[in-house]
Amino acid sequence: MPADFHAEPVVGGPKPDPVLVVDGMVRRFGGLKAVDVAHLEVQRGTITSLIGPNGAGKTTLFNLLTGFDDPDEGSWHLDGGPLVGISSYEVARRGMVRTFQLTKSLARLRVLENVLLGAPDQPGERLVRGLLGGWRAKEEENEQKALALLDRFGLSDKRDDYAGSLSGGQRKLLEMARALMVDPAVIMLDEPMAGVNPALTERLLEHITNLRDVERKTVIFIEHDMDVVMGISDWVVCLALGSVISEGPPRHVSSDPAVIDAYLGSTHGESA
Amino acid sequence: MDVWAVFVEASRTAVGVTAGAYALSAIGLNLQFGYAGLLNFGHVASLMMGAYGLAITVDRGGPMWLGVLVGVGAAVLLGLILGIPTLRLRADYLAITTIAAAEILRLTFRSSFARPLTNSVFGIQGFANDFFALNPFPAGRYGIGMFRFDSRQLWVMTVVWTLVLLSALLVRRLIESPWGRVVKAVREDEDATASLGKNVFFYKLQALMIGGAIGASAGIVLAIDAQNVHPDFFIPLITFYTYTIVIMGGAATITGPILGSVAFWFLFSFLEGFIGRAVSLGWFGGFVDSTSVGPVRFALVGVGLMLLMIYRPQGIIGSREEILIDAR
Repeated sequence: MPADFHAEPVVGGPKPDPVLVVDGMVRRFGGLKAVDVAHLEVQRGTITSLIGPNGAGKTTLFNLLTGFDDPDEGSWHLDGGPLVGISSYEVARRGMVRTFQLTKSLARLRVLENVLLGAPDQPGERLVRGLLGGWRAKEEENEQKALALLDRFGLSDKRDDYAGSLSGGQRKLLEMARALMVDPAVIMLDEPMAGVNPALTERLLEHITNLRDVERKTVIFIEHDMDVVMGISDWVVCLALGSVISEGPPRHVSSDPAVIDAYLGSTHGESA
Repeated sequence: MDVWAVFVEASRTAVGVTAGAYALSAIGLNLQFGYAGLLNFGHVASLMMGAYGLAITVDRGGPMWLGVLVGVGAAVLLGLILGIPTLRLRADYLAITTIAAAEILRLTFRSSFARPLTNSVFGIQGFANDFFALNPFPAGRYGIGMFRFDSRQLWVMTVVWTLVLLSALLVRRLIESPWGRVVKAVREDEDATASLGKNVFFYKLQALMIGGAIGASAGIVLAIDAQNVHPDFFIPLITFYTYTIVIMGGAATITGPILGSVAFWFLFSFLEGFIGRAVSLGWFGGFVDSTSVGPVRFALVGVGLMLLMIYRPQGIIGSREEILIDAR
């Protein structure tokens, strides 16, 4: 059940019930403006995909939004709370969790341990409580939740294997399960389909739509495969040279001349 | 040649005070390096803090228990001061800065301007009399045959191996808790751990401080046993011995550092005794004389370590599966 859309496909336009709002975000690498986003809103409960040619600044924008990099200018708010100057771990605690383009499985931890690590409220993670005890009840509760997630992502029989022994696709699934364990409001997936075989892609897509429809999460994801993007997105944001050049429902963006220009080069029209 | 005598002497070394102190040192380093993945090459500085904290406190008229607290506290503080600027660095840079910091501390302690506090190169002696006054063992020699210790050795050994046991239990409890899971996750991937809402820096700092406190207790034991502290004892070689022990025994295991220390000091002593006797029997002809015993022993220890790394990279009790994952 996709969310309702009242938003007009205008670059930097307002949206009903935005969960994430970005204002004047600029990140420079030397003389290069890697990210230069004047205004961007992400509507709650939608799947928003971030597209754009290589080097458009998609991953940089992800890094900035999640505190893994600091912008030179700008501000952004999650659920109305400002995130400027907040470190990456604190961003996750406030409800925005990301995955990585190059999957980061915690290789020498078991699969179940990987997922348990995502639990946001384990008192035993504090040194003194870890030492004195009194965390086992919470651990058992978390374990139930983690096992249910593993089951959902088809990793149950791998629970006691080292995460490093999983295949590339299984690692993507594990990373998603781990992120869900944090129970975030917004989940950001950086190229979840990269290097995954077509059969698994179908399952991953199903999982992503479930994040929206069953878990009621907001999903923002970076993807290169246009078929995937057009198939599951409620809203598409196209970046080029760090700026948003087009946004709107998939069909709107795919037919936007600015997007075609960005992908194919701006001279294609002139030379014709 | 009396190989039996060499064997017994090596066994005495393997359970002696030095082996116990290095086991402690290795337990501390294992928490930092094995579990948290911190490449701390200045571990010897925490031993030095422990030893000097005790020596200086007693030298100034304080009681020994206070000296022990000062020593451990100084090591924890060192971890904090060293950690805040360096833990944001990548692993190899952390190694460079920590080894430099440990050397700076040693050179500062031995410099003449530090003499009022540390007595510079002359060191501090005779600060552990209160400890030996508590010795519950009556004078005499304990053990069987050639495997004997005097009551003084036995007292220090009792204390050091008790500390080894307690530290190992402490580390086990920490590592098996959710805290330990986060620490291991930090070792695997800092960004992934941070993306799940864990304050990576804080966990690294805690591991550095706790490992430092355990290291300090190793320094305290060594200082008590020698009744002497001297800055030039605390050279980087001690850190490297400790690394050797951790890796030999099995990094990221609870008993690995202990077994590693026992094995390391057994091997060390055995080779020394064996080569020394072999030389005096003229086994090597004129090729190796008695002054070369030390270097030859080191070379053989090196060969042994290479063989260990080739055939058993996980150490004595480490998990081969984990090592293979790391190699990918």
